[in-house]
Amino acid sequence: MRAGIAILTVLAFASVPLWLRDPYLMNALITTGIFIIGAMSLNLLLGFTGQLSLGHIAFFGIGAYVSALTSLGFDAGLPFGLRIVHEPWPPIVGFVLAIVIAGLCGYLVGLLSFRVRGAYFVIVTISFAEVVRLVALNWVELTQGPLALTNIPSITIGLPGLGDLTLRTKLQNYYLVLAVAVAAYVLIWRLVHSHFGRAMRGLMENETLAVSVGIDVTKTLTLAAVMSAGIAGAAGSLYAHYIRIIDPEVFAFINTVTMVIMVITGGKGSLAGPVVGGMIFGLLPVFLRPIMAPEAQWIAYGGVLIVILFVLPRGIVPSLAQRFTKRWSRAETAAPVAFSKRDAAKEHA
Amino acid sequence: MSEFLQHLINMLVLGGTYALLGIGLTLIFGIMNVVNFTHGVLYTFGAYIMFIVVHQLGINFFLALPLAVVAGWLLGAAIELILLRPLRGSDIDTTMLVMIGAWIAMQSGALWIWGGVAKSVTTPFPEAPLVLGPVSVSWLRLFVLAAAAMLIVVTYLMINRTKLGCAMRATFQDHDTASLMGVNVDMIYTSTFAIGSSLAAAAGALLGPVYVIFPQMGDLAAVKAFAIVILGGLGNITGAVIGGFILALAEELGAGYVSSGYRDAMGFLIIIAVLIFKPTGLFARSERVG
Repeated sequence: MRAGIAILTVLAFASVPLWLRDPYLMNALITTGIFIIGAMSLNLLLGFTGQLSLGHIAFFGIGAYVSALTSLGFDAGLPFGLRIVHEPWPPIVGFVLAIVIAGLCGYLVGLLSFRVRGAYFVIVTISFAEVVRLVALNWVELTQGPLALTNIPSITIGLPGLGDLTLRTKLQNYYLVLAVAVAAYVLIWRLVHSHFGRAMRGLMENETLAVSVGIDVTKTLTLAAVMSAGIAGAAGSLYAHYIRIIDPEVFAFINTVTMVIMVITGGKGSLAGPVVGGMIFGLLPVFLRPIMAPEAQWIAYGGVLIVILFVLPRGIVPSLAQRFTKRWSRAETAAPVAFSKRDAAKEHA
Repeated sequence: MSEFLQHLINMLVLGGTYALLGIGLTLIFGIMNVVNFTHGVLYTFGAYIMFIVVHQLGINFFLALPLAVVAGWLLGAAIELILLRPLRGSDIDTTMLVMIGAWIAMQSGALWIWGGVAKSVTTPFPEAPLVLGPVSVSWLRLFVLAAAAMLIVVTYLMINRTKLGCAMRATFQDHDTASLMGVNVDMIYTSTFAIGSSLAAAAGALLGPVYVIFPQMGDLAAVKAFAIVILGGLGNITGAVIGGFILALAEELGAGYVSSGYRDAMGFLIIIAVLIFKPTGLFARSERVG
């Protein structure tokens, strides 16, 4: 049943370019899709391990810069008179490197910061993102600083028997983003339903108990951070090759906040949550734009976040799932409501 | 050597306002366990009150500071009553996200009302700086240092000598027991948030005329305040004061001897280093207010 819904959803998304011709809306859908991939990776940390990373955009931005620099080439000085010169490589290599290096950064941040939890973890992640932003801004030789990296090539895919295909149009990029999003979704789905995923949830719900049954806290959390950062890096790479220009503003805190809003609205700890929340908040500006000034849009953003936390603290998807399950379990049997409600909400997610 | 002395003087001026920011945040963090993302907005708000009072209402520069403190107090109390009181008892992540929402809405509100163009405040102080041998310091900066020092002393006395301060310290140690002893914990929370906010507004009103005033000025101030709180230890006022001066020193030396582009990175590097090597803060005795 759920597999059916998933396939139908993917087919529905795949059919969008067939009936939607408006380039502005297509553009909004592509960037929304990229941010949804970022939100899904944030959800892996926030929803399944309970760690709120407010520096998540750092991994996204690192992915974008790594991918862009790999495909553009660079010539930058290092301390002690060393120079590092790099000839341009194909963008697809940049995409892979973006995942690897963002994942590596996730490993380092995870290793260092999981010693602290709660508010301290949040502040470490924010600081990490700001330091990376300041490096991108000040290491002009490598990143061009505020002048931005321009003319980033589009991704080229080698198709067997058909030669090379360069993804330049919105249509091609739409399907690329959709494919990566589906791959990320399946990966996260496999991950949270594995032994490892159960360890993560165990840690989130009762750390003392989880440790006492032999779950390695640091290893589990660090692995989650690596996966999460890698997926965010992939999203960043897609962003760089689609927009084709990046500057240090990609690291702005507001971008992390956008992802957090997507996850919280849709429902943290629910696989479909970031997709639902992402579609709402990614496309909201498109509909608000004709009727509101940009500042007013941001006021609305902040207001909506507060209202959702007050009204639907668990997010849209878990709340709906709970409502459906309640109806279903009342018809079936009235017995273990308290248990099945909680359990079913999770299973449905 | 004279260059180093100049950095030390600048550190004193900057450190005083940083300490104000840090005290406000450490009180709120320590007593209410709320990560207050609106702290930076209150700082911006204080600076704009300064601008409005001096330029649009034409009132005296020296009167603007107490007005900014009162306005920050009122806005802080309003935020606490509207947003935090209904969420009492929910987890720290929820209140943190609500504060983020409030921060975005309020900062965009400031942008909407006052526009993105930076504003500067004219002050009654002479242009020529005070020259003391090898170093010089402007009169405005001296005033900022004196006012900040006075506010720090007043806050310290209030926490340690008054009945309200005693109730705040009791609530910090154990809010259940404090409540059983007849402390109105809800009132203490509102007062704490209002006092912390008024200190942030005061810091903004003091530093606003030194630099320029724009809607996003509070963002960096907020992160610096977090750095100071982490450095000084949760809820530790003396720690926040020392942390403020350490951060100011690190920034001055970093800007002077490394690269001015990385001036603002110092705060973040300090946060990361402290949390890695000494997560309880440098001056954590037993995490107490006072």
